[in-house]
Amino acid sequence: MNKRIMTVDDSASIRQMVSFTLRDAGYEVVEAADGRDALAKLNGTAVHMVITDLNMPNLDGIGLIRELRKSPAHRFVPIIMLTTESQDLKKQEGKAAGATGWIVKPFKPDQLLAVAKKVLG
Amino acid sequence: MTIDHGQAFVEEARELLAELENSLLELEETPGDKELIGGIFRAMHTIKGSGAMFGFDDIAAFTHEVETVYDKVREGQLPVTTELINLTLHAKDQIRLMLDGPHPGEAPNGLTPGEIAAAFHALAAGKEARESAPPKRQPGSEGASPPSLQGRDATYRIRFVPSRNIFLSGTNPLLLLDELRALGECEVVAQLDNIPSLEDMNPEECYVGWDIVLTTDRGINAIKDVFIFVEDDCRLTIETVDPEAHGEPEATRKRLGEILLERGDIQGEELSKALSEQKRLGETLVEKGVTTSEKVASALTEQEHVRRARERSQAKDDGASSIRVPADKLDVLVNLVGELVTVQARLTQTASLLRDAELASVSEEVERLTAELRDNTLNIRMLPIGTTFGRFKRLIRDLSRELGKEIEMTTEGAETELDKTVIERLNDPLVHLIRNCIDHGIETPEERKNVNKPRTGTIHLSAVHSGAHVIIEIKDDGKGLDREAILSKAIDKGLISPNAEMTNKEVSSFIFHPGFSTAKEVTNISGRGVGMDVAKRAIDALRGSIDITSEKGKGTTVTIKLPLTLAIVEGLLVALGADNFVLPLSIVEECVELTRDDAAKFHRRNIANIRGEIVPYIRLRHEFGIQGEPPPIEQIVVAGVNGSRIGLVVDKVIGEHQTVIKNLGRFYKNIEAVSGATILGDGTVALIVDAAKLATNVEAAEARF
Repeated sequence: MNKRIMTVDDSASIRQMVSFTLRDAGYEVVEAADGRDALAKLNGTAVHMVITDLNMPNLDGIGLIRELRKSPAHRFVPIIMLTTESQDLKKQEGKAAGATGWIVKPFKPDQLLAVAKKVLG
Repeated sequence: MTIDHGQAFVEEARELLAELENSLLELEETPGDKELIGGIFRAMHTIKGSGAMFGFDDIAAFTHEVETVYDKVREGQLPVTTELINLTLHAKDQIRLMLDGPHPGEAPNGLTPGEIAAAFHALAAGKEARESAPPKRQPGSEGASPPSLQGRDATYRIRFVPSRNIFLSGTNPLLLLDELRALGECEVVAQLDNIPSLEDMNPEECYVGWDIVLTTDRGINAIKDVFIFVEDDCRLTIETVDPEAHGEPEATRKRLGEILLERGDIQGEELSKALSEQKRLGETLVEKGVTTSEKVASALTEQEHVRRARERSQAKDDGASSIRVPADKLDVLVNLVGELVTVQARLTQTASLLRDAELASVSEEVERLTAELRDNTLNIRMLPIGTTFGRFKRLIRDLSRELGKEIEMTTEGAETELDKTVIERLNDPLVHLIRNCIDHGIETPEERKNVNKPRTGTIHLSAVHSGAHVIIEIKDDGKGLDREAILSKAIDKGLISPNAEMTNKEVSSFIFHPGFSTAKEVTNISGRGVGMDVAKRAIDALRGSIDITSEKGKGTTVTIKLPLTLAIVEGLLVALGADNFVLPLSIVEECVELTRDDAAKFHRRNIANIRGEIVPYIRLRHEFGIQGEPPPIEQIVVAGVNGSRIGLVVDKVIGEHQTVIKNLGRFYKNIEAVSGATILGDGTVALIVDAAKLATNVEAAEARF
């Protein structure tokens, strides 16, 4: 069975790039525009991994991570946050909320795949 | 792909900028609106982040300054002023210009991008000096370490103790260990001393730590990268192990005992007695409670690992990596080892009969050495199957040209090793099977086009180890077997009755039927069958099995299962009356008892009910014409034969027996159901039962009634 990955980002172009890259590598991808959208689309069902931006309207990445870690289905799911270099504090905050790791923007498709492989095995 | 995503970015950025303008104008009215400020920050953030990703580096750099200011505004460190809003509007116009592409001429509003950026920079810096951003390590960019550190093998000692709640961050520590294993030669010892008793254990917490010894040429940064996400959630130490510090190779330095022995001051026996009384340091330490046995095991692992790494590097230095030896010399060696195994079995048996402790210990030693010698010898004869695969490339190329077809061959597992004799004898059946694929399986380019397949057909060859077997698959994406044609042919030939219910698998197996294939019309209609029985016989002779599955229109897969070596078979030794027989262990699935009552229950119809499953059985006593009464409780050895479970009833199961196969003489050539013979420990001969042949014969005999 293909691994399902959810990508959460308010930027359509990033979402497109992430899902294109992951689909190309054989993963199944679910897209969501922000944290609230992500929770609604998951609605308790499990994905194998979540890749989320941090700055988003409605519910931001940190909030999403906290919510996901509360749900039994996603208590142990790898969550990768997309950060920029200036966001060291945010990164710490994300880690504390339960993020597994991070990718610093800008990143190349190969880096994304390497991280997906790293946390999914 | 960059172009295509780049366009998506430009469109998205335009939308964001349009929204941004509205937000800015609104913000001018209500300067304290947190949500608006947040929105502006996010817009800048997105443009910057995506811009950098899709190659708009100038935009990213420019927007960075704006974003920094708005981050401070958002935190309340900078006020919203008309000046700021004016500046941001200028910036917005500038970004739009940059999106449209390089514009040489005038800046839109008298301010150059540099001036705008500088103004924002000044705003941000006005409050406090900008954080200096040291270059960060990026996860996923492994191997970023300076090249000078790479290329040479180094050994590292890694101690990784994850924090208790590591799972809650979605991290699977085992994957990290796997990553380390992928870096090089790696040994892992788990440290279990922190595991609480069962009732105190929280299954959502991690109590285990690991000691890892790793030899890699990728440098220490590659190791650090593995742990990049968990650095803060674990205790991690990475140290370089210096092989030299582990002391000289033992051989170069004499030990005390050896010196005393040489001087004749002590006798060999006394020395070994004293040594056996001496406890190992590790044991002593554990007994004294100074450390745990896991810690000692971990240290010993490191010692062993370093020793081997050093041996390897020495072997590399020595240069001589292989020598060529004529194959027949190897064959002689294998034969001799075979004899040795037989003699060793006799020795073991004699030793246990004589009940002599001295002899028993010698015999155990010989047994161990023989096993090692046998494994090593057989290993020498192992060759990768890739050379055979390579030959087929040419075959496929030539044949497909001749037939006007376009065929591509792909291979997998070319490095899989098989006994040399097996590989040699495998060549012909494989040629037969591949010819069939090309000739009848794959369609012409036109036919393929008509059914919406790519013009070029594919034949995929793969080999993989599976226990004591190698599984070889030949897979094509051609038209598959024609079930109806095969069925009607089988009915014509009287192999089945017209209304027989057949599974696809059973139907497919007909094409291995002797004589079935030679029929011209089947070849034309179904497209398969030339020489398939020949291929099957050759595989059978290798003690392998062949299987075919096919889906009409999609293709056919032929699966061949072969033993790793022909010389030696792991067998189950059974007794029938006074005689012994050997069943190949590879086909044995389980053994169950058969009492007379059980047999009577099914009215002597030779079927047994094993946990609700009906298994037919064959009485070997009957088949081999052994006189006398069977014991009250017999044994059914359940074997997997030709894809189904069949019982073989014997008097007694004696046990596992490693067997060197001897061919029966020419005189016995025509005896079916026996594939060879072996000499047992006491010198008697046991016949090796060919269960597949036996089952086929019995079935054929039944069918005649």
